[in-house]
Amino acid sequence: MSNAIKETQKIIDEVLEAYPEKTREDRAKHLAPNDPTGECSTCKVKSNVKSRPGVMTVRGCAYAGAKGVVWGPVKDQITVSHGPVGCGQYSWGARRNYYNGQTGIDTFGTMHITTDFQEKDIVYGGDKGLEAALLELKELFPLARGIGILSECPVGLIGDDIEAVSKNAEKDFGYPIVPVRCEGFRGVSQSLGHHIANDTIRDFVLGKGELKESTPYDVSLIGDYNIGGDAWASRKMLEEMGLRVIAQWTGDASVNELGIAHKSKLNLIHCYRSMNYICRHMEEKYGVPWTEFNFFGPTKIYQSIRKIASYFDDRIKENAEKLIEKYKPVMDAVIERYKPTLEDKKVMLYVGGLRPRHTIGAYEDLGMEVVAAGYEFGHDDDYKRTYPELKEGAVIMDDATLYEMEEFARRLRPDMVGSGIKEKYSYHKMGVPFRQMHSWDYSGPYHGFDGFPVFARDMDMTVNSPTWSLIRRKR
Amino acid sequence: MKRIKIKDHNELFQEKEYLEQFEKKKEFENPWPAEKVREVAEWTKTEEYQEKNFARKNIKINPVKACQPLGAIFCASGFEGTMPFVQGAQGCVAYFRSHLNRHFKEPMAAISTSMTEDAAVFGGLNNMLEGLRNSYALYNPKMLAVCTTCMAEVIGDDLNAYIRQAKDKDIIPRDLPVPFAHTPSFVGSHITGYDNMMKGILTTITEGKKGEPNGKINIIPGFDTYTGNYREVKRLLGIMGVDFTLLSDVSDVFDSPNTGEYKMYPGGTPLEEAADSVNATATIALQKYSTVKTMKYIEKEWGQEALVLPPMGVKNTDRFFDEISRITGKPVPQEIEDERGRAVDAMIDSHPYVHGKRFALTGDPDILLGLISFILEMGGLPAHIVCTNGDKRFAAAANALLSESPFGQEATVYTGKDMWHLRSLMFTDPVDILIGNSYAKFLWRDTGTPLVRIGFPIFDRHHLHRYPVIGYQGVLNMVNWIVNTVLDEMDRKTMNTTSFDVIR
Repeated sequence: MSNAIKETQKIIDEVLEAYPEKTREDRAKHLAPNDPTGECSTCKVKSNVKSRPGVMTVRGCAYAGAKGVVWGPVKDQITVSHGPVGCGQYSWGARRNYYNGQTGIDTFGTMHITTDFQEKDIVYGGDKGLEAALLELKELFPLARGIGILSECPVGLIGDDIEAVSKNAEKDFGYPIVPVRCEGFRGVSQSLGHHIANDTIRDFVLGKGELKESTPYDVSLIGDYNIGGDAWASRKMLEEMGLRVIAQWTGDASVNELGIAHKSKLNLIHCYRSMNYICRHMEEKYGVPWTEFNFFGPTKIYQSIRKIASYFDDRIKENAEKLIEKYKPVMDAVIERYKPTLEDKKVMLYVGGLRPRHTIGAYEDLGMEVVAAGYEFGHDDDYKRTYPELKEGAVIMDDATLYEMEEFARRLRPDMVGSGIKEKYSYHKMGVPFRQMHSWDYSGPYHGFDGFPVFARDMDMTVNSPTWSLIRRKR
Repeated sequence: MKRIKIKDHNELFQEKEYLEQFEKKKEFENPWPAEKVREVAEWTKTEEYQEKNFARKNIKINPVKACQPLGAIFCASGFEGTMPFVQGAQGCVAYFRSHLNRHFKEPMAAISTSMTEDAAVFGGLNNMLEGLRNSYALYNPKMLAVCTTCMAEVIGDDLNAYIRQAKDKDIIPRDLPVPFAHTPSFVGSHITGYDNMMKGILTTITEGKKGEPNGKINIIPGFDTYTGNYREVKRLLGIMGVDFTLLSDVSDVFDSPNTGEYKMYPGGTPLEEAADSVNATATIALQKYSTVKTMKYIEKEWGQEALVLPPMGVKNTDRFFDEISRITGKPVPQEIEDERGRAVDAMIDSHPYVHGKRFALTGDPDILLGLISFILEMGGLPAHIVCTNGDKRFAAAANALLSESPFGQEATVYTGKDMWHLRSLMFTDPVDILIGNSYAKFLWRDTGTPLVRIGFPIFDRHHLHRYPVIGYQGVLNMVNWIVNTVLDEMDRKTMNTTSFDVIR
């Protein structure tokens, strides 16, 4: 075991001391010093298991995964938060998954539509109300292309049959009515919500869309929620390479696009965690190959573009090289501008999805080093993909608690932390520069050639803001 | 350093190549013909659509309310060293924390017991016991304030029994106050949750504390998300020399100074003081609908005078001071009288830009009553008043208030309705100004009505919550925001006309 690994393990052990015994034993399995070679047997974390009660996990729930990530960003479908009012209220417009269209007329992305369960619905069941609600929605929003029913905790607990309601209604509606059993108590995090939602895409929408003609260059962009327009920046590069993006899941997505992705020649998956399920299904059922890519920062963009091109003919391969040639000077200029002020700065990342591993390259392009990384709801395969990306001895933290994050920040002294809104302001109080890496802190895009300059600018404004130096620290 | 031009989403996606990309993407979207979209968009502005819209019974579209536990944990945060502890599925707490973080731009601590499928089958006792043990050990609270989510309510978790067990088994100290409130999200809204938790905390913390009168008055702010209001109450009562206890004081919790150190419990009502509240002369609530049960409890159990005195607008603020003066025997000092004079002066100076202007209002019941009162005082005309979480009593109170003024005659009060109903109203019967929370910006966009942001949540403007909307300073702030919004709009509309005036 190397020194770097030993040193980090010591830090981890110190942090764990505050826990009661049982919880300490459990949390110890989720924290590890990184070993990029994979040789150190204790340098792996356990993941995708229940959070301990009472420790302030950062995680959300299955509903959050299904609503915020998979079905919410499908713009021309009405997403109904079926149950009490809160879940829909808190997830209303919070993800910034951008879309084009007229909200409330032909698109419904930033609307909060709920059956608003009352006590009588708990006692007598909500199925009748749901049936009536669907009819009202049909009447008020005639241009909807589908309805998704996302069930909240009580719906599952009282045993409502939303599948039957959907099935009944679908006959008259002429578009998919999708029951999504994403009650918040299911599973251990958002992650199960992704899986459940993927299964409903498979069962209710996939294969049912219309595509006039196919070309050998048809691809689908899967698992990009278009936060701050990310998917559009990605799409632009793919189209410049000569590929035809026939479906964009699930940011600025339409029901029809969900229905035609199986006609792709290749599925390009960005957020592996939330949508690998459906890619695997399309591979098995329709023989569509899939590949992961990473459009954060020039190094990974170049690699990814070449990897994607390798699935196609020479024309695409040449285009990929031309694209790199065209944008390399722009990327170099961004690095030249921002590297001097960001070089050697240390970053701690704790986010959902894939960002801890995907953004490492972008930070490195700017001369920064990621000293700790972890996922809210990663699985073993996410961590396997992460270990090799990180330096030896970096802290890996699965389902970190607010307490652990604070303590690691004290000990590792990062120059900035990238995490979510719940973590943001405690770091502000600690005087640690912070960037929200779920929502890009209302900025973006961060993907692609158009996104990297924004990313670099934002990291610079975070780390180098003069406001941090105004804090009169207590001695 | 070489300057480089960085374009982010605000500019990038207006560029030609992106606009072309969007156009091309439509091929795969199966979009409706533009003509059809226009037609339906126009139809949604009609009386016919409004009728259909108001006929719906089973679905809410853009409602103006959140759920009980949010109010409960907000209330709990306002007590010294208190950790809000939520028995239920964990996603809810992530949502509550995010929601409050986004409004205040402040950290917010709360615990979940992370109940999953097994708890659904066997009940949440084990989660509660382990959750209490972990959170007590890790976060060292002086009080754990427990409330429920839908899940714990549906499966019927018995908080009282669970907490007793935790103490019997020495999982947490026997003398640790652990108040609780049942806060199902399918009953009431965030204001109900605030009420339930306040009652729960006061019941627990004052138990056995009845003693000599302490000569103080209690102030209960209610579900009030203006930290400026809390500071304002403290300032004003300080000027008056009144000895008081603010019950749930979130001012430092959601507006703490940056010292380079994160404190999990940065302030709140001292528990000892809160416990002594049972011995006060009177309790004054600054909101009615978020303190109904609490005030009933105080009046009945504590035998105190329990008054609701919401100080929003001039007359309400006058009444607030008159009553405090009556209860405490202390006169209203000249300093406060001068503030009143300045607020009234501002209203008179600005009245021409508000007089006769029609308003659409949406928000929580207490905020709405305050706004109605203020607007009537300015000569404005409340027109559409939409209160998703208002009940019959609220409607009666609002209508009574409106009927007292010649300026209130155009108004209609809608309870249980949402912002999609309001959208219809604003198309069929347009208004000049809209007042609501950040989500009302969708109505601003759709109808072009200028929006003044007052209420909760306010996510898209910074620091508004730091300014009071109560007291005479609150009057000044409301005058400022409303009049200057009217003037901004006037400038925008007259930009290229002869009426583009520099002095107004």
